[in-house]
Amino acid sequence: MSGPAPVTARLCAEEVRERVAALPDPELPVIGLGDLGVVHSVAPGADGVLEVELMPTYLGCPALPEITAAVREVLIACGHPDGRVRHVLTPAWTTDRITPEGRRALAAHGIAPPVSPAPGGPVPVALGAVPCPHCGSTAARPHSAFGPSRCQSVLWCTVCREPFPHLTAL
Amino acid sequence: MSTTSDVAAVRPGPPPGEPPAAADPDLARHLTRLGDDALVLGQRLCQWITRAPTIDEDLALSNIALDLIGHARTLLSRAGRLDGSGRSEDDLAYTRSEREFANALLTELPNGDFAVTMARQLAYTHYAVLHYEALAHGADPELAAFGVRAAKEVAFHRLHADRWTVTLGRGTPESTRRMRRALERVWPYTGELFEEDDVARRLAASGTVPSPAALRDTWLDRVTEVVTEAGLAVPAPTWSATGGRSGLHTEEFGPLIAELQSVRRQFPGGTW
Repeated sequence: MSGPAPVTARLCAEEVRERVAALPDPELPVIGLGDLGVVHSVAPGADGVLEVELMPTYLGCPALPEITAAVREVLIACGHPDGRVRHVLTPAWTTDRITPEGRRALAAHGIAPPVSPAPGGPVPVALGAVPCPHCGSTAARPHSAFGPSRCQSVLWCTVCREPFPHLTAL
Repeated sequence: MSTTSDVAAVRPGPPPGEPPAAADPDLARHLTRLGDDALVLGQRLCQWITRAPTIDEDLALSNIALDLIGHARTLLSRAGRLDGSGRSEDDLAYTRSEREFANALLTELPNGDFAVTMARQLAYTHYAVLHYEALAHGADPELAAFGVRAAKEVAFHRLHADRWTVTLGRGTPESTRRMRRALERVWPYTGELFEEDDVARRLAASGTVPSPAALRDTWLDRVTEVVTEAGLAVPAPTWSATGGRSGLHTEEFGPLIAELQSVRRQFPGGTW
Protein backbone atom coordinates (compact mmCIF):
# COMPACT_ATOMS: atom_id res chain seq x y z
CA MET A 1 0.00 0.00 0.00
CA SER A 2 1.35 3.44 -0.90
CA GLY A 3 0.96 5.34 2.35
CA PRO A 4 2.72 8.41 3.58
CA ALA A 5 6.52 8.22 3.39
CA PRO A 6 8.03 6.64 6.51
CA VAL A 7 9.56 9.08 8.96
CA THR A 8 12.19 8.38 11.52
CA ALA A 9 10.84 10.68 14.22
CA ARG A 10 7.65 9.75 16.03
CA LEU A 11 4.87 12.08 14.95
CA CYS A 12 2.68 13.44 17.72
CA ALA A 13 -0.85 12.15 18.28
CA GLU A 14 -2.44 15.16 16.58
CA GLU A 15 -0.42 14.62 13.40
CA VAL A 16 -1.23 10.90 13.41
CA ARG A 17 -4.89 11.76 13.85
CA GLU A 18 -4.79 14.02 10.80
CA ARG A 19 -3.33 11.24 8.68
CA VAL A 20 -5.81 8.66 9.98
CA ALA A 21 -8.70 11.08 9.39
CA ALA A 22 -7.57 11.55 5.78
CA LEU A 23 -7.75 7.81 4.98
CA PRO A 24 -10.62 7.08 2.59
CA ASP A 25 -13.42 4.76 3.64
CA PRO A 26 -13.00 1.58 1.53
CA GLU A 27 -16.72 1.34 0.71
CA LEU A 28 -17.35 5.08 0.35
CA PRO A 29 -14.01 6.36 -0.95
CA VAL A 30 -15.40 9.87 -1.46
CA ILE A 31 -15.34 10.43 2.28
CA GLY A 32 -12.43 10.27 4.73
CA LEU A 33 -12.57 8.41 8.03
CA GLY A 34 -12.48 11.74 9.87
CA ASP A 35 -15.49 13.14 8.02
CA LEU A 36 -17.29 9.82 8.46
CA GLY A 37 -16.86 10.30 12.21
CA VAL A 38 -15.38 6.89 12.99
CA VAL A 39 -12.13 8.12 14.57
CA HIS A 40 -12.89 8.26 18.27
CA SER A 41 -9.48 9.14 19.65
CA VAL A 42 -5.76 9.05 18.98
CA ALA A 43 -3.86 9.16 22.23
CA PRO A 44 -1.21 7.28 24.21
CA GLY A 45 -2.53 4.37 26.29
CA ALA A 46 -1.70 3.74 29.93
CA ASP A 47 1.66 2.24 28.90
CA GLY A 48 2.52 5.21 26.70
CA VAL A 49 1.93 3.37 23.42
CA LEU A 50 -0.11 5.31 20.89
CA GLU A 51 -3.66 3.98 20.48
CA VAL A 52 -6.12 4.74 17.71
CA GLU A 53 -9.71 4.07 18.74
CA LEU A 54 -12.19 3.51 15.93
CA MET A 55 -15.97 3.36 16.20
CA PRO A 56 -17.40 0.69 13.86
CA THR A 57 -20.38 1.88 11.83
CA TYR A 58 -22.12 -1.51 11.73
CA LEU A 59 -20.99 -4.47 13.81
CA GLY A 60 -20.59 -6.58 10.69
CA CYS A 61 -19.05 -3.89 8.50
CA PRO A 62 -16.84 -5.82 6.07
CA ALA A 63 -14.59 -2.79 5.59
CA LEU A 64 -13.44 -2.86 9.21
CA PRO A 65 -10.46 -5.21 8.75
CA GLU A 66 -9.30 -3.15 5.77
CA ILE A 67 -9.65 0.12 7.70
CA THR A 68 -7.78 -1.39 10.64
CA ALA A 69 -4.94 -2.52 8.38
CA ALA A 70 -4.74 0.94 6.78
CA VAL A 71 -4.57 2.63 10.19
CA ARG A 72 -1.79 0.26 11.22
CA GLU A 73 0.15 1.29 8.11
CA VAL A 74 -0.24 4.92 9.12
CA LEU A 75 0.99 4.14 12.63
CA ILE A 76 4.08 2.44 11.22
CA ALA A 77 4.71 5.27 8.74
CA CYS A 78 4.41 7.81 11.55
CA GLY A 79 7.06 6.09 13.66
CA HIS A 80 4.68 4.12 15.89
CA PRO A 81 5.24 0.50 14.80
CA ASP A 82 4.08 -0.60 18.26
CA GLY A 83 0.87 1.46 17.98
CA ARG A 84 -2.46 -0.21 18.62
CA VAL A 85 -5.81 -0.07 16.87
CA ARG A 86 -8.84 -0.59 19.07
CA HIS A 87 -12.52 -0.81 18.19
CA VAL A 88 -14.87 0.80 20.69
CA LEU A 89 -18.64 0.37 20.88
CA THR A 90 -19.26 3.14 23.41
CA PRO A 91 -20.03 5.78 22.49
CA ALA A 92 -21.86 4.22 19.55
CA TRP A 93 -21.29 5.63 16.09
CA THR A 94 -24.35 7.22 14.53
CA THR A 95 -24.80 9.01 11.22
CA ASP A 96 -24.97 12.27 13.22
CA ARG A 97 -21.18 12.00 13.49
CA ILE A 98 -20.73 12.62 9.76
CA THR A 99 -19.35 16.14 9.40
CA PRO A 100 -20.95 18.83 7.19
CA GLU A 101 -17.94 18.49 4.87
CA GLY A 102 -18.55 14.73 4.70
CA ARG A 103 -22.22 15.28 3.89
CA ARG A 104 -21.29 17.62 1.05
CA ALA A 105 -18.80 15.12 -0.33
CA LEU A 106 -21.41 12.33 -0.29
CA ALA A 107 -24.03 14.50 -2.01
CA ALA A 108 -21.49 15.64 -4.63
CA HIS A 109 -20.93 11.99 -5.52
CA GLY A 110 -24.59 11.06 -5.87
CA ILE A 111 -25.12 9.59 -2.40
CA ALA A 112 -27.87 11.35 -0.46
CA PRO A 113 -26.58 12.08 3.05
CA PRO A 114 -28.55 10.79 6.04
CA VAL A 115 -31.48 12.69 7.48
CA SER A 116 -31.30 12.49 11.26
CA PRO A 117 -34.10 10.52 12.89
CA ALA A 118 -36.12 11.95 15.74
CA PRO A 119 -34.34 11.18 19.01
CA GLY A 120 -35.52 7.85 20.38
CA GLY A 121 -37.73 7.28 17.38
CA PRO A 122 -37.87 4.09 15.35
CA VAL A 123 -35.24 3.31 12.77
CA PRO A 124 -36.64 5.13 9.76
CA VAL A 125 -36.71 4.04 6.18
CA ALA A 126 -36.23 7.39 4.55
CA LEU A 127 -39.50 8.86 3.37
CA GLY A 128 -39.94 12.12 1.54
CA ALA A 129 -37.43 14.37 3.21
CA VAL A 130 -34.33 13.10 1.40
CA PRO A 131 -33.34 15.41 -1.47
CA CYS A 132 -32.38 13.72 -4.74
CA PRO A 133 -28.64 14.28 -5.30
CA HIS A 134 -29.28 14.66 -9.05
CA CYS A 135 -32.16 17.18 -9.24
CA GLY A 136 -32.71 18.29 -5.64
CA SER A 137 -36.35 17.21 -5.56
CA THR A 138 -37.58 15.80 -2.28
CA ALA A 139 -40.21 13.70 -4.04
CA ALA A 140 -38.31 10.43 -3.69
CA ARG A 141 -39.88 7.10 -2.93
CA PRO A 142 -38.20 4.23 -1.10
CA HIS A 143 -37.05 1.61 -3.55
CA SER A 144 -35.14 -0.83 -1.37
CA ALA A 145 -34.31 -0.62 2.32
CA PHE A 146 -31.01 -2.33 1.58
CA GLY A 147 -28.49 -1.09 -0.94
CA PRO A 148 -25.01 -1.54 -2.40
CA SER A 149 -23.39 -1.54 1.02
CA ARG A 150 -24.77 -2.19 4.48
CA CYS A 151 -25.04 1.50 5.32
CA GLN A 152 -26.97 2.48 2.19
CA SER A 153 -30.57 2.14 1.05
CA VAL A 154 -31.93 2.94 -2.40
CA LEU A 155 -34.52 5.63 -3.18
CA TRP A 156 -36.16 6.49 -6.47
CA CYS A 157 -36.71 10.10 -7.52
CA THR A 158 -40.20 10.61 -8.93
CA VAL A 159 -39.13 13.84 -10.69
CA CYS A 160 -35.93 12.93 -12.56
CA ARG A 161 -36.78 9.21 -12.40
CA GLU A 162 -33.30 8.21 -11.28
CA PRO A 163 -32.63 5.76 -8.47
CA PHE A 164 -30.04 6.96 -5.98
CA PRO A 165 -28.28 5.56 -2.93
CA HIS A 166 -28.91 7.11 0.44
CA LEU A 167 -26.80 6.71 3.54
CA THR A 168 -29.40 5.33 5.96
CA ALA A 169 -29.72 7.30 9.19
CA LEU A 170 -28.65 5.27 12.22
CA MET B 1 -14.74 -14.40 9.86
CA SER B 2 -11.94 -12.05 10.87
CA THR B 3 -9.13 -11.50 8.46
CA THR B 4 -6.87 -9.49 10.72
CA SER B 5 -5.24 -11.26 13.59
CA ASP B 6 -2.92 -8.41 14.48
CA VAL B 7 -5.53 -6.10 15.93
CA ALA B 8 -4.46 -5.44 19.48
CA ALA B 9 -7.89 -5.59 21.04
CA VAL B 10 -10.83 -6.02 18.73
CA ARG B 11 -13.99 -4.88 20.48
CA PRO B 12 -13.93 -3.20 23.86
CA GLY B 13 -12.01 -5.75 25.85
CA PRO B 14 -9.62 -5.52 28.73
CA PRO B 15 -6.83 -3.00 28.02
CA PRO B 16 -3.62 -4.58 26.75
CA GLY B 17 -1.35 -5.86 29.43
CA GLU B 18 -4.15 -6.66 31.84
CA PRO B 19 -4.92 -10.27 32.65
CA PRO B 20 -7.77 -11.85 30.65
CA ALA B 21 -11.25 -11.75 32.11
CA ALA B 22 -11.89 -14.35 34.76
CA ALA B 23 -13.62 -17.42 33.39
CA ASP B 24 -17.38 -17.20 33.60
CA PRO B 25 -18.80 -20.45 32.25
CA ASP B 26 -22.45 -19.37 32.56
CA LEU B 27 -22.04 -16.16 30.62
CA ALA B 28 -19.81 -17.94 28.09
CA ARG B 29 -22.57 -20.50 27.56
CA HIS B 30 -25.21 -17.83 27.11
CA LEU B 31 -23.11 -15.82 24.66
CA THR B 32 -22.39 -18.99 22.69
CA ARG B 33 -26.15 -19.57 22.38
CA LEU B 34 -26.79 -16.02 21.17
CA GLY B 35 -23.72 -16.02 18.93
CA ASP B 36 -24.64 -19.38 17.39
CA ASP B 37 -28.20 -18.15 16.71
CA ALA B 38 -26.75 -15.22 14.76
CA LEU B 39 -24.04 -17.24 13.01
CA VAL B 40 -26.29 -20.09 11.91
CA LEU B 41 -29.14 -17.84 10.77
CA GLY B 42 -26.63 -15.67 8.90
CA GLN B 43 -25.22 -18.74 7.18
CA ARG B 44 -28.73 -19.94 6.26
CA LEU B 45 -29.65 -16.55 4.80
CA CYS B 46 -26.50 -16.58 2.67
CA GLN B 47 -27.99 -19.56 0.83
CA TRP B 48 -30.46 -17.12 -0.75
CA ILE B 49 -27.70 -15.23 -2.53
CA THR B 50 -28.36 -15.38 -6.30
CA ARG B 51 -31.65 -17.19 -5.57
CA ALA B 52 -33.81 -14.45 -4.05
CA PRO B 53 -36.96 -13.36 -5.93
CA THR B 54 -35.45 -9.98 -6.92
CA ILE B 55 -32.00 -8.42 -6.84
CA ASP B 56 -33.20 -6.06 -4.10
CA GLU B 57 -34.08 -9.04 -1.93
CA ASP B 58 -30.74 -10.60 -2.74
CA LEU B 59 -29.11 -7.46 -1.33
CA ALA B 60 -31.49 -7.31 1.61
CA LEU B 61 -30.95 -10.91 2.73
CA SER B 62 -27.19 -10.79 2.23
CA ASN B 63 -26.93 -7.50 4.15
CA ILE B 64 -29.00 -8.96 6.98
CA ALA B 65 -26.71 -12.00 6.99
CA LEU B 66 -23.69 -9.70 7.17
CA ASP B 67 -25.08 -7.97 10.25
CA LEU B 68 -25.83 -11.29 11.90
CA ILE B 69 -22.29 -12.55 11.30
CA GLY B 70 -21.02 -9.28 12.78
CA HIS B 71 -23.10 -9.96 15.89
CA ALA B 72 -21.78 -13.52 16.04
CA ARG B 73 -18.19 -12.23 15.90
CA THR B 74 -18.69 -9.98 18.91
CA LEU B 75 -20.58 -12.59 20.92
CA LEU B 76 -18.36 -15.58 20.15
CA SER B 77 -15.08 -13.72 20.66
CA ARG B 78 -16.31 -12.73 24.12
CA ALA B 79 -17.51 -16.30 24.78
CA GLY B 80 -14.03 -17.58 23.92
CA ARG B 81 -12.50 -15.20 26.44
CA LEU B 82 -14.96 -16.19 29.17
CA ASP B 83 -15.00 -19.96 28.81
CA GLY B 84 -11.36 -20.27 29.81
CA SER B 85 -10.37 -22.00 26.54
CA GLY B 86 -8.86 -18.93 24.90
CA ARG B 87 -10.52 -19.86 21.60
CA SER B 88 -11.04 -17.08 19.05
CA GLU B 89 -14.28 -16.36 17.22
CA ASP B 90 -12.84 -18.24 14.24
CA ASP B 91 -11.92 -21.26 16.35
CA LEU B 92 -15.47 -21.38 17.66
CA ALA B 93 -17.13 -20.95 14.28
CA TYR B 94 -14.89 -23.23 12.26
CA THR B 95 -13.65 -26.00 14.51
CA ARG B 96 -16.53 -27.01 16.73
CA SER B 97 -18.51 -30.10 15.86
CA GLU B 98 -22.25 -30.17 15.31
CA ARG B 99 -23.02 -31.19 18.89
CA GLU B 100 -21.08 -28.23 20.27
CA PHE B 101 -23.31 -25.63 18.58
CA ALA B 102 -25.98 -24.18 20.87
CA ASN B 103 -28.25 -22.30 18.47
CA ALA B 104 -32.02 -22.61 18.71
CA LEU B 105 -33.40 -25.02 16.11
CA LEU B 106 -35.42 -22.17 14.57
CA THR B 107 -32.27 -20.58 13.18
CA GLU B 108 -31.13 -23.72 11.35
CA LEU B 109 -34.48 -24.50 9.68
CA PRO B 110 -34.05 -24.83 5.91
CA ASN B 111 -35.00 -21.70 4.01
CA GLY B 112 -38.05 -23.28 2.35
CA ASP B 113 -39.82 -20.82 0.08
CA PHE B 114 -39.53 -17.06 0.58
CA ALA B 115 -42.54 -17.07 2.92
CA VAL B 116 -40.88 -19.61 5.24
CA THR B 117 -37.75 -17.49 5.36
CA MET B 118 -39.85 -14.43 6.23
CA ALA B 119 -41.81 -16.30 8.91
CA ARG B 120 -38.48 -17.40 10.44
CA GLN B 121 -37.20 -13.81 10.22
CA LEU B 122 -40.38 -12.52 11.85
CA ALA B 123 -40.02 -14.87 14.82
CA TYR B 124 -36.27 -14.34 15.23
CA THR B 125 -36.08 -10.56 14.79
CA HIS B 126 -38.86 -9.80 17.26
CA TYR B 127 -37.16 -12.08 19.78
CA ALA B 128 -33.62 -10.75 19.15
CA VAL B 129 -34.60 -7.09 19.43
CA LEU B 130 -36.22 -7.74 22.83
CA HIS B 131 -33.21 -9.73 24.02
CA TYR B 132 -30.66 -7.15 22.84
CA GLU B 133 -32.66 -4.23 24.24
CA ALA B 134 -32.60 -5.98 27.61
CA LEU B 135 -28.82 -6.52 27.32
CA ALA B 136 -28.49 -2.79 26.64
CA HIS B 137 -29.88 -2.19 30.13
CA GLY B 138 -28.00 -5.08 31.73
CA ALA B 139 -25.23 -5.07 34.30
CA ASP B 140 -22.34 -5.87 31.94
CA PRO B 141 -21.07 -2.68 30.24
CA GLU B 142 -19.46 -4.49 27.32
CA LEU B 143 -22.64 -6.43 26.57
CA ALA B 144 -24.72 -3.31 27.07
CA ALA B 145 -22.72 -1.46 24.40
CA PHE B 146 -23.20 -4.41 22.07
CA GLY B 147 -26.92 -4.56 22.89
CA VAL B 148 -27.46 -0.91 21.92
CA ARG B 149 -25.92 -1.43 18.49
CA ALA B 150 -27.31 -4.87 17.76
CA ALA B 151 -30.87 -3.93 18.77
CA LYS B 152 -30.83 -1.06 16.28
CA GLU B 153 -29.53 -3.26 13.51
CA VAL B 154 -32.00 -6.08 14.10
CA ALA B 155 -34.86 -3.54 14.36
CA PHE B 156 -34.10 -2.77 10.71
CA HIS B 157 -34.34 -6.49 9.84
CA ARG B 158 -37.58 -6.68 11.81
CA LEU B 159 -39.09 -3.94 9.69
CA HIS B 160 -38.18 -5.94 6.60
CA ALA B 161 -39.81 -9.11 7.99
CA ASP B 162 -42.93 -7.23 9.17
CA ARG B 163 -43.46 -5.72 5.74
CA TRP B 164 -43.07 -8.98 3.87
CA THR B 165 -45.36 -10.83 6.27
CA VAL B 166 -48.10 -8.26 5.65
CA THR B 167 -47.40 -8.03 1.92
CA LEU B 168 -47.60 -11.79 1.43
CA GLY B 169 -50.51 -12.24 3.85
CA ARG B 170 -52.60 -9.61 2.07
CA GLY B 171 -51.39 -10.39 -1.44
CA THR B 172 -52.82 -12.98 -3.79
CA PRO B 173 -54.65 -16.15 -2.69
CA GLU B 174 -51.42 -18.05 -3.42
CA SER B 175 -49.20 -15.72 -1.35
CA THR B 176 -51.72 -15.79 1.51
CA ARG B 177 -51.77 -19.58 1.43
CA ARG B 178 -47.97 -19.73 1.44
CA MET B 179 -47.59 -17.24 4.28
CA ARG B 180 -50.13 -19.14 6.39
CA ARG B 181 -48.34 -22.41 5.69
CA ALA B 182 -44.98 -20.78 6.48
CA LEU B 183 -46.15 -19.59 9.90
CA GLU B 184 -47.43 -23.10 10.64
CA ARG B 185 -44.07 -24.56 9.56
CA VAL B 186 -42.03 -22.25 11.75
CA TRP B 187 -44.14 -21.81 14.86
CA PRO B 188 -43.37 -25.10 16.65
CA TYR B 189 -39.74 -23.93 16.71
CA THR B 190 -40.41 -20.61 18.45
CA GLY B 191 -40.96 -22.01 21.95
CA GLU B 192 -37.30 -22.94 22.33
CA LEU B 193 -36.28 -19.27 22.18
CA PHE B 194 -37.93 -18.72 25.56
CA GLU B 195 -36.80 -21.88 27.33
CA GLU B 196 -34.95 -21.51 30.61
CA ASP B 197 -32.41 -23.81 32.15
CA ASP B 198 -30.19 -23.36 35.21
CA VAL B 199 -27.68 -21.26 33.24
CA ALA B 200 -30.37 -18.83 32.08
CA ARG B 201 -31.90 -18.62 35.55
CA ARG B 202 -28.59 -17.90 37.29
CA LEU B 203 -27.69 -15.20 34.76
CA ALA B 204 -31.12 -13.59 34.93
CA ALA B 205 -30.85 -13.51 38.73
CA SER B 206 -27.55 -11.66 38.44
CA GLY B 207 -29.12 -8.99 36.19
CA THR B 208 -26.63 -9.55 33.36
CA VAL B 209 -29.01 -10.99 30.79
CA PRO B 210 -32.80 -11.07 30.56
CA SER B 211 -34.84 -14.07 31.59
CA PRO B 212 -35.85 -15.61 28.23
CA ALA B 213 -39.28 -16.59 29.56
CA ALA B 214 -39.98 -12.99 30.61
CA LEU B 215 -39.67 -11.84 26.99
CA ARG B 216 -42.32 -14.20 25.69
CA ASP B 217 -45.48 -12.18 26.36
CA THR B 218 -44.13 -9.02 24.73
CA TRP B 219 -42.84 -11.07 21.82
CA LEU B 220 -46.23 -12.72 21.33
CA ASP B 221 -48.05 -9.37 21.48
CA ARG B 222 -45.78 -7.88 18.84
CA VAL B 223 -45.80 -10.77 16.38
CA THR B 224 -49.57 -11.14 16.83
CA GLU B 225 -49.97 -7.51 15.83
CA VAL B 226 -48.05 -8.08 12.60
CA VAL B 227 -49.68 -11.42 11.77
CA THR B 228 -53.14 -9.92 12.41
CA GLU B 229 -52.36 -7.01 10.12
CA ALA B 230 -51.41 -9.61 7.52
CA GLY B 231 -54.95 -11.00 7.84
CA LEU B 232 -53.68 -14.25 9.34
CA ALA B 233 -53.77 -15.95 12.73
CA VAL B 234 -50.83 -16.84 14.96
CA PRO B 235 -50.65 -20.65 14.86
CA ALA B 236 -51.19 -22.63 18.04
CA PRO B 237 -48.99 -25.68 17.48
CA THR B 238 -49.67 -28.80 19.49
CA TRP B 239 -45.97 -29.63 19.77
CA SER B 240 -42.75 -27.73 20.41
CA ALA B 241 -39.27 -28.51 19.13
CA THR B 242 -36.35 -28.41 21.55
CA GLY B 243 -32.74 -29.55 21.85
CA GLY B 244 -30.67 -26.98 19.99
CA ARG B 245 -29.50 -25.23 23.15
CA SER B 246 -27.97 -28.50 24.36
CA GLY B 247 -26.46 -29.41 20.99
CA LEU B 248 -29.15 -31.73 19.63
CA HIS B 249 -29.81 -30.49 16.10
CA THR B 250 -32.02 -31.27 13.13
CA GLU B 251 -30.88 -33.49 10.30
CA GLU B 252 -30.40 -30.49 8.01
CA PHE B 253 -27.88 -28.88 10.37
CA GLY B 254 -24.91 -31.11 9.54
CA PRO B 255 -24.65 -30.11 5.86
CA LEU B 256 -24.97 -26.43 6.80
CA ILE B 257 -22.06 -26.63 9.22
CA ALA B 258 -20.04 -28.77 6.81
CA GLU B 259 -20.40 -26.04 4.20
CA LEU B 260 -19.51 -23.30 6.71
CA GLN B 261 -16.37 -25.13 7.82
CA SER B 262 -15.26 -26.73 4.56
CA VAL B 263 -12.52 -24.27 3.58
CA ARG B 264 -11.05 -24.12 7.06
CA ARG B 265 -10.99 -27.91 7.26
CA GLN B 266 -9.36 -28.33 3.84
CA PHE B 267 -6.79 -25.59 4.40
CA PRO B 268 -6.22 -25.28 8.15
CA GLY B 269 -4.61 -21.94 8.94
CA GLY B 270 -4.84 -20.80 5.31
CA THR B 271 -4.82 -17.07 4.57
CA TRP B 272 -5.35 -15.08 1.42
